[in-house]
Amino acid sequence: MGRKLLLEHINVPGINTLEVYRQKGGYRAVEKALKTLTPDEVVEEVKKSGLRGRGGAGFPTGMKWSFLAKPEGVARYLVCNADESEPGTFKDRYLMTYIPHALIEGMIVSSFALGANTSYIYVRGEMMPQIRILEKAIAEAKAAGFLGKNILGTGYDLELYVQPGGGAYICGEETALLESLEGKRGNPRIKPPFPAIAGLYGCPTVVNNVESIAAVVPIINDGGDEYAKVGIGRSTGTKLISASGNLVKPGVYEIELGLPVEEFIYSDEYCGGIANGKRLKATVAGGSSVPILPANLTLKYANGEPRLMSYESLSEGGFATGTMMGSGGFIAFDEDQCIVRNTWNFARFYHHESCGQCSPCREGTGWLEKVLHRLEYGHGKMSDIDLLVDVSKKIEGNTICPLGDAAAWPVASAIRHFRDEFEWHVKEPVKSLSSNYGLANYAVPIERKVEEVKQDNL
Amino acid sequence: MLKVEEQQPVEFSSTLIEKFDEIVKRYPAGKQKSALLPLLHLVQAEFGWTSVAAMDKVAEYLNIEPIEVYEVASFYSMYFLQPKGKYVLEVCRTGPCCLVGAEKIMDHIESKLGVKEGEVTADGLFSWRGVECLAACGFAPVLQIGPEYTFYENLTEQSVDTLIDNLRNK
Amino acid sequence: MSDLMKVTIDGITVEVAPGTSILNAARQIGGDIVPPAMCYYSKLEGSGGKCRTCIVKVTKGSEKDPRPMPKLVASCRTTVMDGMEVQNITSPEVLEARNGVVEMLLINHPLDCPICDQAGECDLQNLGYENGLQRTRYEFERRTFERIDIGDKIQLHMNRCILCYRCVFTADQITNKRVHGILNRGDHSEISTYIQTAVDNDFSGNVIDVCPVGALTDRTFRFKNRVWFTKPVDAHRDCNHEKCNGKVTLWYKGADVLRVTARKDQFGEVEEFICNECRFEKKATADWTIEHPTHIPDTSVISSNHYETFKPLPVIKENLALQEANKVELEKTSKF
Repeated sequence: MGRKLLLEHINVPGINTLEVYRQKGGYRAVEKALKTLTPDEVVEEVKKSGLRGRGGAGFPTGMKWSFLAKPEGVARYLVCNADESEPGTFKDRYLMTYIPHALIEGMIVSSFALGANTSYIYVRGEMMPQIRILEKAIAEAKAAGFLGKNILGTGYDLELYVQPGGGAYICGEETALLESLEGKRGNPRIKPPFPAIAGLYGCPTVVNNVESIAAVVPIINDGGDEYAKVGIGRSTGTKLISASGNLVKPGVYEIELGLPVEEFIYSDEYCGGIANGKRLKATVAGGSSVPILPANLTLKYANGEPRLMSYESLSEGGFATGTMMGSGGFIAFDEDQCIVRNTWNFARFYHHESCGQCSPCREGTGWLEKVLHRLEYGHGKMSDIDLLVDVSKKIEGNTICPLGDAAAWPVASAIRHFRDEFEWHVKEPVKSLSSNYGLANYAVPIERKVEEVKQDNL
Repeated sequence: MLKVEEQQPVEFSSTLIEKFDEIVKRYPAGKQKSALLPLLHLVQAEFGWTSVAAMDKVAEYLNIEPIEVYEVASFYSMYFLQPKGKYVLEVCRTGPCCLVGAEKIMDHIESKLGVKEGEVTADGLFSWRGVECLAACGFAPVLQIGPEYTFYENLTEQSVDTLIDNLRNK
Repeated sequence: MSDLMKVTIDGITVEVAPGTSILNAARQIGGDIVPPAMCYYSKLEGSGGKCRTCIVKVTKGSEKDPRPMPKLVASCRTTVMDGMEVQNITSPEVLEARNGVVEMLLINHPLDCPICDQAGECDLQNLGYENGLQRTRYEFERRTFERIDIGDKIQLHMNRCILCYRCVFTADQITNKRVHGILNRGDHSEISTYIQTAVDNDFSGNVIDVCPVGALTDRTFRFKNRVWFTKPVDAHRDCNHEKCNGKVTLWYKGADVLRVTARKDQFGEVEEFICNECRFEKKATADWTIEHPTHIPDTSVISSNHYETFKPLPVIKENLALQEANKVELEKTSKF
């Protein structure tokens, strides 16, 4: 059993209430931080922990905090990004539904560290039930003296509010989220300035993912050094993985970073293998935006070494043979799934969610979707495959925000690894409508190549 | 340009205005525009959709130009700018849900209700539409129904039938 | 120590004030190395960054931190640092990316230049000419919208719009009330008033001048003539409007003033915004004091029909002082 830092008590009945959460040691971090630490010491602990942003980018949270500008007499804000919309990711919903006080406790400690007196949790509008849960939990915390004026007699004031979104994936991008919170269209801002200098209402602002903020609680309770001992290398701590697709036991799992991918998929402690006795064809390891990998490269590097669930290991091999940790949305595809259809589906998603502000993304996402639709429905041409690669290159890196990259990568990676299947759709337009390409050689195990390893070391 | 069949004036009840007042307090002075998204949710919950008349009233309440409200309401996918059925079944249609049968569920809903995506049933009770990822991929297929956005997970054709029948008889 | 920042663009070094964008630094140098800008407008605060045509490569961040920037950046919204080195037309990567952006801007554009009033003074046309492909690779139906008259003076032809947001900024910053904006999302976005309202205030006509394409055109000029058949003349009048100083360009065909626009600088930007009365109501020569023919660059199609090459009289050829006085014109003749 791996260590559980966030979900240890998730199955305790009533853990969503303040009373039970307190019995299980909840709000210790608030007492410790506010009464015994200075804000800078809290930031220092988070830095020591090596915690990396859990929303997708993986940027060190402590470092992000230390960038926050602190001009005299100007309000500072902490905004929690709970606009969870990345296909394949549902860990934040899970955490907020079942253990809302973990987020609220994290918000109090983090707001204290950053010197914010008003903080917002921006929750995607579709999660109205979670908004109600959080509002109830905030009321409980306030009644118990953990929020409001003069918290625990320390003189620190904090008001915490929940803000609903309106239905837009792009608001998960931090500057689009701030625009939305200001009551505007969710168009990402042009950076610089970064939110740490000019964020919400032009004031210095930190935007953090739900899981990152919740992780601050065990970091303060046990100390940053202790947290850093969990995990592997620069991937410290535990990570919530949202497992979905054709798995025996889809759901949210807390893993210690460094767990072998194979163990995660097949062990009974986690996903329990592929559903209905089928074989694994491909995975998207970190939410729809990261490159898709065939089964064999999911489990092993190109040199045959086992792949682990960590930031570094998942991206081993770069985009040629690796992928990314992303937000931890692990989607498994069994042998009956069509990669072309799925790529089209994801392209439709990004087309639908592009804000339309900058031209490559606005026009390019629609173009990708249309070409993929044509391929999937038997009207494709062989040249379409290279056209897709070219269009995705024209989008990638040329947009205001990372949505352009997120739209381009799934298409480029699907063609990189599953070109045979795309070509089959062109060659067999009728057959491809009624049957699937199947597993092909996508799961052929990769042999360990000792010599290549040596060459790499030279 | 908008083509709306119904264009009736709306009145905001005092309870609704009280809720508005409560929300506006969350933001610093002069930043009341921040309340726009929550207010539109309240308006839609009250009237079933977001009409021009209602948006104009919200603009007036927040002291902003009506176009600022139209811009925002049309950007986000949750605001219905046209009248819909009383219950709008929003089925997730994104990748992970489709791996486990979301498309079949949508086909089933379409034949069960006898209306196409976006249309309203003759009795005015139901509409349905595919929506993008609802962040519940592990419990797929899923659908939600506003204005409470109650969530229905691990859908099967049977469970959808039961759900629709229950709503019809409510 | 000098407060100026030294920046090198395509090998040419210039010193600019702190806070200057790469684009504006390039404009100070001038010539071919100025990146094209479809959405940035120096007179509109907050504009820029959206169209991505002005992207450049920063090969050296600054003297202090010489690391290159990881991605191409929008030159209109990136401020220069001391010692920065930038590549624009000297970087094949930039040119390829820019060609890609132009292709994106054109895939849903109707390419109806033959019937578009903007043709001949259209930024997108120029951009497509310089950076476009010979033929389109887009084989799908293009996005279409209904043509809308927003008020009796302005027509919105949304099919042609590239969503630069300039007209929205103009309405926000130049007029006293904004009734139009960007509706919907993604490639369904459109400029609209949402409900049938006229854009009606003293300065609304300026949206026509800031529009880089033919999306917002002057209804009083609609289909009257092609711009290259008209003759632009700078003129002014004593305008009563407090914010308008009545400096305009009149576009003549024969003795008739077909349209009135604000004067534009070498980068196609309005020098001073004008009021609707000057623009729409004053179309008689008698309303104006004529100054001189408008300077139109040699590269513009507008100059092609009117400004015939200078034919020097024999007396000029013989007199050195007169040659000096006509230096510019003489140089032009020698070019042909």
